[in-house]
Amino acid sequence: MEKNKVIITVLGKDTVGIIAKVCTYLAENEINILDISQTIVSGYFNMMMIADLSSSAKEFSVISSDLEEVGKELGVSVKCQREEIFERMHRI
Amino acid sequence: MITNWEVIETNHMIEKENLDVRTITIGISLLDCIDSDLDKLNEKIYNKITTVAKDLVKTGQEIEKDYCIPIVNKRISVTPIALVGSAACKSPEDFVTIAETLDRAAHTVGVNFIGGYSALVSKGMTPAEENLIRSIPQALATTELVCSSVNVGSTKTGINMDAVRLIGEMIKETAELTKENDSLGCAKFVVFCNAPDDNPFMAGAFHGVTEADAVINVGVSGPGVVKTALEKVRGESFEVLCETIKKTAFKVTRVGQLVAKEASKKLGIPFGIIDLSLAPTPAVGDSVADILCEIGLEYAGAPGTTAALALLNDQVKKGGIMASSYVGGLSGAFIPVSEDQGMIDAVVAGALTLEKLEAMTCVCSVGLDMIAIPGDTKATTISGIIADEMAIGMINQKTTAVRVIPVIGKGVGEVVEFGGLLGYAPIMPVNSFSCDDFINRKGRIPAPVHSFKN
Repeated sequence: MEKNKVIITVLGKDTVGIIAKVCTYLAENEINILDISQTIVSGYFNMMMIADLSSSAKEFSVISSDLEEVGKELGVSVKCQREEIFERMHRI
Repeated sequence: MITNWEVIETNHMIEKENLDVRTITIGISLLDCIDSDLDKLNEKIYNKITTVAKDLVKTGQEIEKDYCIPIVNKRISVTPIALVGSAACKSPEDFVTIAETLDRAAHTVGVNFIGGYSALVSKGMTPAEENLIRSIPQALATTELVCSSVNVGSTKTGINMDAVRLIGEMIKETAELTKENDSLGCAKFVVFCNAPDDNPFMAGAFHGVTEADAVINVGVSGPGVVKTALEKVRGESFEVLCETIKKTAFKVTRVGQLVAKEASKKLGIPFGIIDLSLAPTPAVGDSVADILCEIGLEYAGAPGTTAALALLNDQVKKGGIMASSYVGGLSGAFIPVSEDQGMIDAVVAGALTLEKLEAMTCVCSVGLDMIAIPGDTKATTISGIIADEMAIGMINQKTTAVRVIPVIGKGVGEVVEFGGLLGYAPIMPVNSFSCDDFINRKGRIPAPVHSFKN
């Protein structure tokens, strides 16, 4: 379902295992990754994922808080936002 | 599919450029609370507000979390209390009890402000309306969250100069009663010409009688976003400048529209309008004056300021109108002094005067806003300032407003601190020549010739 698409962004200093850790959490919670892209700008890691929450048993707010925690453990900032804000802003 | 670059841009706006939704305001009609028994009236008002708005704050927080965008204020506006209280209130003191009820209800639901302690008297005043106006000083001194407004003129009716005179006195009295807090009461009161029924911004929000039982209005913001976008087009032509403002306003408004729709759905209350205003805060990088500087002025107030502001206001509207079909409220650039660091700097530098601000109000969205003036300014002088501003609104068929704070015990050059979103302000000099004989005339200024359109 369209409404269950979220954008997960990870921002911070590049270290080993960032994607692995985030993806493990997503896999454990039945969250499907639809798209993933990343760049590293002067040592800073910048990743964006589009994910689908439809099959997950957890609520958006729980997932969002959990991901924030995962970020804290890694020393990076992880943000989970519903996709509509980007759709609305950048598409007519 | 959304690209990485677009995600970065949006989040940069939120995190670095102070993009936020300034307010979700629920308008609530209190017409069905009317009762000739004052106690019953107060009880009905309290119950209706705390029922309709009970989930507002929680819903706002949910939306903040869903999109990671701050929603700075959650507010309520109600039907002008002069109408709601007219059957029950026989004195200004009676009206004050309603103000206290509104304050209590606002605290219960956890909103930042509640607006609508208002009267619409653009042509004449009923006894109830006069009582409400006379109760404003006491009401603002004894409550914390209540905001008050009075509409004293319109293009269709002219200006009610009896009300203008009375309000000059009431502003002075409010300043006196709240002098322990730098006359803060006056920051919660605004006088309007052509007041809109659906404005979500304080202090002037009220729920007009033309509105439905309850409605969601959303005010967006984002001066910092516009400023940052303009930094990239320094030295370019006016066409490029205008395009940039429009595109930015579009993006900002779309976020507001999304939030409004979501809030409307979650609360089960219909969506009313988006107010496209560029509303500054005292935070660095959240200033309308800084946009004017970015357009090419040394300080807000320099020659060219009115033209730059006119351009800015118009482009914000053009971009925003494309983004939402229901645009209303005030919609334009706000130019409050105390709430905008760039404006404060301009006053301190001597670049910006009250007279220049008045000129700017001809082309901005509202009017003389959050201006601290000496505490010994006469009531008639305040009325004169109001009359001038109302005339600008009446003749130009636009909303204008005055929110001035005569700070008791302080004079020009001193600084007054209001705190929070209200900011701080250097006290500005006021032209000290008298307008007593003008203000003391009775009656009203007739509607202008171009109002006869039927």
